[in-house]
Amino acid sequence: MEFKDYKDVYIFIEQRDGVLADISLELLGKGREIADKTHSKLIAFLLGSKIKGLTNVLVAGGADEVLFVDDACLEHYITEQYVQAAYHIISSKKPNIILIGATSIGRDLAPRLAARLHTGLTADCTKLEVEEDGSLFSTRPAFGGNLMATIISPDNRPQMSTVRPGVFKKLEQDSKRQGKIEEVKVQFDRNKFKVELVEVKKAEVSKKKIEDAKILVSGGRGVGKDNFPTLSVLAETIGPNTTVSGSRAVVDAKIIDQSRQVGQTGKTVHPDVYFALGISGAIQHVAGMEESEFIIAINKDKFAPIFSVADLGIVGDVNKIVPLLIDAIKDAKAKK
Amino acid sequence: MKIVVCLKQVPDTTEIKIDPVKGTLIREGVPSIINPDDKAGLEAALTMKDKHGAEVIVLSMGPMQAEEALREALAMGADRAILLSDFKFAGADTLATSTALSYALKQLDYDFVITGRQAIDGDTAQVGPELAEFLDLPQITYAAGIDYKGDGVFHVTRKVEDRSYVLKVKAPFVMTVLSDMNKPRYMSVPGIIEAYREKKIDLWTADTIKADPARLGLKGSPTKVKESFAKALKQPGQLYEVDPQEATKIILDKLLEKFVL
Amino acid sequence: MGFEMTKEMIAFQKMLKAFVENEVKPFAQETDEEEKFPVEIAKKMGDLGFYKIVLPKEYGGAGGNYQMYSLAVSEVAKACATSSTVLSAHVSLCMAPIYENGTEEQKRKYLPKLATGEWLGAFGLTEPNAGSDAAGQQTFAVLDGDEWVLNGSKIFITNAGYAHVYIIFAMTNKSLGLKGISAFIVEDGTPGFTIGKKELKMGIRGSSTCELIFENCRIPKDNILGQEGKGFVIAMKTLDGGRVGIASQALGIAQGALEETIKYTKERKQFKKTIASFQNTQFRIADLFTRVEAARLLVEDAAIAKETKRKDLSMRAAMAKLYAAETAMEVTTKCVQMFGGYGYTREYPVERMMRDAKITEIYEGTSEVQRMVIAGSVLR
Repeated sequence: MEFKDYKDVYIFIEQRDGVLADISLELLGKGREIADKTHSKLIAFLLGSKIKGLTNVLVAGGADEVLFVDDACLEHYITEQYVQAAYHIISSKKPNIILIGATSIGRDLAPRLAARLHTGLTADCTKLEVEEDGSLFSTRPAFGGNLMATIISPDNRPQMSTVRPGVFKKLEQDSKRQGKIEEVKVQFDRNKFKVELVEVKKAEVSKKKIEDAKILVSGGRGVGKDNFPTLSVLAETIGPNTTVSGSRAVVDAKIIDQSRQVGQTGKTVHPDVYFALGISGAIQHVAGMEESEFIIAINKDKFAPIFSVADLGIVGDVNKIVPLLIDAIKDAKAKK
Repeated sequence: MKIVVCLKQVPDTTEIKIDPVKGTLIREGVPSIINPDDKAGLEAALTMKDKHGAEVIVLSMGPMQAEEALREALAMGADRAILLSDFKFAGADTLATSTALSYALKQLDYDFVITGRQAIDGDTAQVGPELAEFLDLPQITYAAGIDYKGDGVFHVTRKVEDRSYVLKVKAPFVMTVLSDMNKPRYMSVPGIIEAYREKKIDLWTADTIKADPARLGLKGSPTKVKESFAKALKQPGQLYEVDPQEATKIILDKLLEKFVL
Repeated sequence: MGFEMTKEMIAFQKMLKAFVENEVKPFAQETDEEEKFPVEIAKKMGDLGFYKIVLPKEYGGAGGNYQMYSLAVSEVAKACATSSTVLSAHVSLCMAPIYENGTEEQKRKYLPKLATGEWLGAFGLTEPNAGSDAAGQQTFAVLDGDEWVLNGSKIFITNAGYAHVYIIFAMTNKSLGLKGISAFIVEDGTPGFTIGKKELKMGIRGSSTCELIFENCRIPKDNILGQEGKGFVIAMKTLDGGRVGIASQALGIAQGALEETIKYTKERKQFKKTIASFQNTQFRIADLFTRVEAARLLVEDAAIAKETKRKDLSMRAAMAKLYAAETAMEVTTKCVQMFGGYGYTREYPVERMMRDAKITEIYEGTSEVQRMVIAGSVLR
């Protein structure tokens, strides 16, 4: 394998119903940095149906080139259709690095593509470093977030990684940026389309995605089902960029939807302020929120592990403190 | 119907602690369990067996101790267990692991293959799709439900962040399942007694599955671990044990200080 | 006495722990507080084959052994003594005497359904005037054509009202004293058989403990269990086995309380140190742990004696029950003490365990009766 044949950084651009996934722009941000350091180009490849209109945003978001495949069979994400399109691009272009968002789409597509390319893939990375020669160092959590491992692919190209959403920052949209936009035509082998879409059921639209909130009011077992609505009141009282999330325990108890779960099996969040209310702080939960800027924890049990990551810890009954806090915030706002 | 369930024995990562002085993982005394997503996969197969009748074969690649996980699967109701164990498999990354499993599956008859979405030690979620590619079979990942519609046709519900898809697929295929798909059954008393006294586990090596040694283990793995380290713990902040009024004031002051309000 | 666990036993224990943690423990407090018979837990134990453990496969059993049965009772008792009472009474006091004394027809009719838990079982020996002195039986049975006619009453009957199959002891010939007692199988719903007053108890409060009333209750002639006049022997042998169950239960209660306490002493801080770091706590835990382990060895020995049909089972089962029951009482009392004020509240389970422990010194033969049995064997 001649490494010099493999160049440039390719970003898989994820979209659903014509809406770009945030992770794709985050990856363009990080990809820009990697491309600059390795003196190579940053190329976005976008698959879908009637998605040409999205290409400008990608250039403005950092891409030097945008390749897109527009085909009706790509309207919804189905593995084989997307893998064929991606494989067509990758096998002809020979990238050095391919970054894909570690979403349910990325984590379905990337391994299938890696296997077709017979190359290595590192999953769900939270840190990427590159050397000038183009070697990629992908760091990722393992063992339930207890261990960080840095993975390399010394003998194979392309180097592929899926990257956890919310880790890297998007660039400011720069409408003055120039880039080449090119449509790629793919001859699909439709005999291989063995999975057929019967129905799409959208989950109820949640008020605000927890990954996007600046302040998260997160509740756990200690809050109790009956008191959980009080957390929404607190969130509303604090302000519009605040929303409610929870630990696995309250998701399992069906108090909140799984899309609002913080932790190893849920979302990784890093808001400016994270309220951990009645959350004991199992390592799986901490893995999803410890990067928060400031953590306020309230728990009855003074030995609760959450206090070891909290910046401000209160030993006390969350259900007594939260109503008082709601009133206090209202007062403080009224005074302003 | 014949269903193969691939499962992995993993350390129960919820029991792993970090040595606060050395900053390394304490693995001693950590129990080994069947990976939770894989166990849900086994339950899905056993449910299929209860409803429609099926032979459930469990396949695991791992060291000899993985026998325990397979016995547990037998005690839950699996019909046959195969342990894929050979020093030639050691050091495999996901690509080499799925390669080995694909060779093993080529020795078997099946209608479909189930794996867990991901293992709790590696957390990669890559083996299922890579296995499907090597078997040249359609894949459905993140499965949260499966219905048999007759005539080899299945409807699988794929649950993702903001929606779920109902997908139609005809056997054979590979499905990876989420642990919240179901609640796996317990081993039963008769199941345990049969699993330990009557049923046996087939031991397969690299030779049994006629695998190309160059594609196995460390040699067949494109990715390498350069280094690994335990995650550093953050320094503890301030802890107050005060009455609710006082606590409210402390929090409010902090929020004002941070210009949150 | 080598008690290293087999792999099968390790797997079984793993299953028990998972089952108890998820299906039993969360309901233990409400079972106690609401004095609620654990119908769901009893059903789940049946579904998983807990009632089949020692029964041979030909009668729908699993073909396991008494060590497994003993472990099952202990593990359930660690979290919920009530549920372990249901298990022990059903298996040891109803299924065992049918298996050991029943005709082939009786075994085929009753055991498979008892094994799945479709039917629960109970055992009626005690009467208002016949407690430790079983010879004082006043319930009597008279043969009338093809039927036995039962009259009298029983008290303190475990699983009463929830059981379908009752093993009932009655005088068939008063002049013969102990040799005039016979055993019968009575099914729920038989005319003339009613459930009387429910007892309100100190512990195992979810367990159903009631009076049974027989008023001209007619059962088929073939429902006599074993030979006429052998009832007392059947009762005593059944209780020998039953004591293995109760000894296991007592052991489980002690283990459960100690586990809770060990966890608590490592978390609770006083004078800026965990209470586990005080030597007083350490010594006390060491003593209690040693005592529990000694009880465990006696219980395992009794289970093996039952499994291998040792001739001295009576004495071994009595020693195990005596020691395990007194251990349960001592351990739970001291655990409550180590929890301090919290131990006396219902926020923690140790006060319940202390109340539950007491019954193990009383039922299926009081500790005094166990001493009589042991002394009788030793001084023979």
